[in-house]
Amino acid sequence: MTDLAIETQGLTKRFGAQTAVDGIDLAVPRGAVYGFLGPNGSGKTTTIRMLLGLVRPTSGAARVLGTEMPRGLEAVLPRVGALVEGPAFAPFLSGEANLRRFDSADRHASPSTRGARVDEALERVGLAHAAHKKAGAYSLGMKQRLGLANALLMPRDLLVLDEPTNGLDPQGTREVRSLVRTFAADGTTVFVSSHLLAEIEQLCTHVGVMSAGRLVAQGTLDEFRNAGAARVELRTPDVARAREVLERLGLRTEAEASVIDATDASGEGPAPDEIVAALVAAGVRVHGFTVREESLEERFVELTGEGFDVVA
Amino acid sequence: MSSPDPTHTPQPAPLTPAPLTPASPPPSDTDPARVSNQSGHSQAGSVSLGEAARAGRAARAGRAGGIHSLLATELAMLFRRWRTWAMLAALALIPMLIAIAIRIAGSSSPGRGPGFLDQIAGNGLFVGMTALVVAMPLFLPLTIAVVAGDTIAGEASLGTLRYLLIAPAGRLRLLVVKFAGAAVFCLVAALTVVIVGTLIGWALFPIGPVTLLSGGQVSVGEGLLRFLAIAAYVCVSLLGLSAIGLCLSTLTTVPVGAMAATAILAVSAQIAGAIPQLEWLHPWLFTDRWFDFADLLRSPPSWASFGENLLLQGAYLLVFGGLAAWRMVTKDVLS
Repeated sequence: MTDLAIETQGLTKRFGAQTAVDGIDLAVPRGAVYGFLGPNGSGKTTTIRMLLGLVRPTSGAARVLGTEMPRGLEAVLPRVGALVEGPAFAPFLSGEANLRRFDSADRHASPSTRGARVDEALERVGLAHAAHKKAGAYSLGMKQRLGLANALLMPRDLLVLDEPTNGLDPQGTREVRSLVRTFAADGTTVFVSSHLLAEIEQLCTHVGVMSAGRLVAQGTLDEFRNAGAARVELRTPDVARAREVLERLGLRTEAEASVIDATDASGEGPAPDEIVAALVAAGVRVHGFTVREESLEERFVELTGEGFDVVA
Repeated sequence: MSSPDPTHTPQPAPLTPAPLTPASPPPSDTDPARVSNQSGHSQAGSVSLGEAARAGRAARAGRAGGIHSLLATELAMLFRRWRTWAMLAALALIPMLIAIAIRIAGSSSPGRGPGFLDQIAGNGLFVGMTALVVAMPLFLPLTIAVVAGDTIAGEASLGTLRYLLIAPAGRLRLLVVKFAGAAVFCLVAALTVVIVGTLIGWALFPIGPVTLLSGGQVSVGEGLLRFLAIAAYVCVSLLGLSAIGLCLSTLTTVPVGAMAATAILAVSAQIAGAIPQLEWLHPWLFTDRWFDFADLLRSPPSWASFGENLLLQGAYLLVFGGLAAWRMVTKDVLS
């Protein structure tokens, strides 16, 4: 057993002339909550489809739970729960009947425990009271919950959740977060794709960023955040002297009235406490000092570009 | 999130963290320090790993659901659809209309109207046969086209195909189950026409020994058995069309397209079969033996056409089933 739940090498998918996924090397450690970020059309869902054996890669290799995909999908997929590109159900069947149907499609799922497992999954996502209602009459959020319930029908080693909080109300979003944390605590690897950065920031231990079919960054959340430039914000009446001190320390400064923005572009500059000590030693009156961690959003935009246009 | 019951407060129930954990947690997780550390995240507290492992074993314990489990849900889904019952009702309407029309307007003269029509007033058992003759060119193929064309494309358009495949249903296994579902519908459709026809004929007309095509007579009991054999013949006749529908259904995510194409092929094949200049083609048409079911009303019953029809339909099943399987196994599921 390798220590990677998902591992790809040069995974590529071309549709005709268009390259949807371009040679990505994913590394998702076991037990991680991996946030898979990227703008719309960056190849997230195609990647997930390849990992689940729905789409055949043009080239490259993918291993899921240590098994080559798509060759090993019969053995691997029963251990994987997934929500892919939104939930989907037969509208004329009840929520419960839909889950039973998906469960019976898994030949490893025991029919004798089916009823109990379906009930439990519905209970977990808060749909027990709507179990016998036709899925077509469900609201978007209820369908999303039912989709999550489907991913939870069996004990899973890996959960692949594509936009899990899409269409959920704030309570639902919080509940999904707590659910994901519960699984992570039990050792389940969770692979969450999203473009909601706040969600990823609160949930994930690891992050991978897609842009135009390429994996442009990957690592732990901390590595990812710290990769950007560090910034400090200083409030002082002694602007000129303070800038002098900061520049001597190798920081780039910008001043606006009594506020100085100092950026450590190299990433190897002094620690914040050293900066404050140097300022005080030089007689600068420090009224306020803030270490500004770059937000995930800033980092994300830095990596994937500003434009609003979908990359075609 | 709306609640179905207006008196029910529309408040979503919480996603309660409950025991549902991997069957074989990675070894690192048995490290008690890490487990206790991480369980701090979960609100209601996480489950012990022993419990989790037990839950995992229970879920996979016992005899796993074989293909029959999936087939059972497939049939349940087919016959839980309003559409299926509407089509069967339309088929049942055919013998009913024929019987009522003859009852009101009186018998038609021999040689006019569809086969067996002139026999009805004398023997109500022939209503089912007349209805089959009427339903065979269009109504039956149309219902089969709807069911067979919907098999894979319907799942694709709903998006449920991807969830069935990642369950994992197995692509070929799913295809076999889908074809079996369509085949069951063929049988039910043929039986509906024959049984409803026989019952309404029984109710509205005198019944008696069945006069065969060759002039002899058999008892009511044997006549009914022969009608059942004819229903089986019609079911077999429709299997080739079902395979075509299944194949077309794997090519698209628009079920109506596959349904329409299948129905058009059924009609086109009959038109081609009616053009004498295309006689060389006739033995290869899946519709070629469709109307030979009357051979089972000879004395003794001629099973040769049954066998030849079986062979013809089997060939279509092999070719189009094979194409469907190839397409199913190689296609990228993007729906």
